[in-house]
Amino acid sequence: MRPAPRGSLFRNATLAVIWLWLLVFVLAPTAMVAVASLLERGTDQFVTAAFSLESFARLFDPLYFQVFWNSIYLAGVTTGLCLLAGYPFAWLIARAPGRIRPLLLLLVIVPFWTSSLIRTYAMVIILKANGLLNGLLLWFGAIDQPLMLLYTEAAVIAGLVYSLLPFMILPLYAAMERLDLRLLEAARDLGAGRTALFLRVVFPLTLPGMIAGCMLVFLPALGLFYIPDLLGGAKILLLGNLIKDQFLAARDWPFGSAVSVVLLLFMALFLLALVYVRRRRADAEAAL
Amino acid sequence: MNRWLKGSYLGLVYLFFYLPIGVLAVFSFNDSKYRLTWQGFTWRWYESLLANEELLQVALNSVLLALVSATLATLLGTLTAVTLYRYRFFGKKLLFGLLYVVILSPDIVMGISLLILFVSLQLPLGFWTLLLAHITFCLPFVAVTVYGRLSGFDDTLTEAARDLGASEWVTFRRVLLPLLMPAVIAGWLLSFTLSMDDVIISYFVTGPTFEILPLKIYSMVRIGVKPEVNALCTLMLGITLIMVLAAHFLLREQPT
Repeated sequence: MRPAPRGSLFRNATLAVIWLWLLVFVLAPTAMVAVASLLERGTDQFVTAAFSLESFARLFDPLYFQVFWNSIYLAGVTTGLCLLAGYPFAWLIARAPGRIRPLLLLLVIVPFWTSSLIRTYAMVIILKANGLLNGLLLWFGAIDQPLMLLYTEAAVIAGLVYSLLPFMILPLYAAMERLDLRLLEAARDLGAGRTALFLRVVFPLTLPGMIAGCMLVFLPALGLFYIPDLLGGAKILLLGNLIKDQFLAARDWPFGSAVSVVLLLFMALFLLALVYVRRRRADAEAAL
Repeated sequence: MNRWLKGSYLGLVYLFFYLPIGVLAVFSFNDSKYRLTWQGFTWRWYESLLANEELLQVALNSVLLALVSATLATLLGTLTAVTLYRYRFFGKKLLFGLLYVVILSPDIVMGISLLILFVSLQLPLGFWTLLLAHITFCLPFVAVTVYGRLSGFDDTLTEAARDLGASEWVTFRRVLLPLLMPAVIAGWLLSFTLSMDDVIISYFVTGPTFEILPLKIYSMVRIGVKPEVNALCTLMLGITLIMVLAAHFLLREQPT
């Protein structure tokens, strides 16, 4: 393509607007979170201009430390379950006959865009004491009286998986659909067994999709505060609940910001992993 | 793995996706306030929604917010996509990366960072802060959707326009935009859906003067399961379904 003229008003005006927008509403606010996390809590204002690492130190306060680890544990279990369920599922859609593949994909895209709050509420209806699951179990005679399914850790994990599974499947599907099937044939012809085929060909080629999927599940699983609110009662807290309470109830902005910075650091780790894997793959392709 | 096993695995996961929302939708038509069992078909929960004037006002607020934010986000997002596609400029990769980071970043971080911004600027929380926040999280989705349509685009058309003496603006308005229209509309529909469904970001930047539907639903579902809430949620699911299906079919047809 011939480069378009550099000096056009259209180009410059658009660039100015979009950069200004991102600067004011994305970059500056994110920087403000980072700065707030390093300041002291104010008396009449939310923060005072005094440097302090106290907010980060408080993360190790036993009270918050437990919330912190429990949230990471829940997000980790959720991510693991989504990967376990989503990987074969995405593979089956990607390898489905071309005729039905668009429909199978659409059936994942719809829950992807559907309000996760409403889907969480639907989960409440299923798990209630007089809900569908208990009703079915009673009817089959598997239990004598309704189980307490709601307000448990399992309910929170079920809600997180229910909300986030499409976010694992779609990036995995994108990676698998692009996968060149001739590579599988070549590996098979060269005598690779099923395990070797997966570990040495399929796994490395779908790794970027896996990392992207894990990021899209893990980070929201730390933040979706309404899921433990609706399914876990008051006992189970996510980092999201902690942040929300610090900003809207306790009014401790530096501490709330410090927790958010931890979330941003997790995100940075995922992004670095993604860049690293992509670059290694580009190098490998260049070497061929 | 044989076919039967594959099919039943797919079926099981789809059941997991659709059974809960299906049950929710069915119960919104059930003529019983508390019972699990089917007591007959009724519209009465929907009728009681329509009679609730406070709720209608909140719904109207949300529709207004979604209309305005989707339109502005689509405008900005489309211009961004075209600029990214057409021009070489300093920081192009950075801009690309930034748009993806906004899509990937957790809602809660965007919510509190915008709250900090608005409070430091002393903007009163309400319609305007919600609008700015919603435009910000919709914009990258539009940009990516429209950009997707541009890749694999026939450059000879824009070159022909320039050879015929069209300015950059005229090329955009008369050549690119008509060809991009399906993706632009799809971007608008998805933005509308995002705006109508957002809970986390709105939770932080909302004010008492302008109540919106997702937050109203949040406060309603915290209280418990009620047939009116089922009806309201079913309506929202229906709107999302229509919007997403429309966007999907608009994006499916190949650019000519």
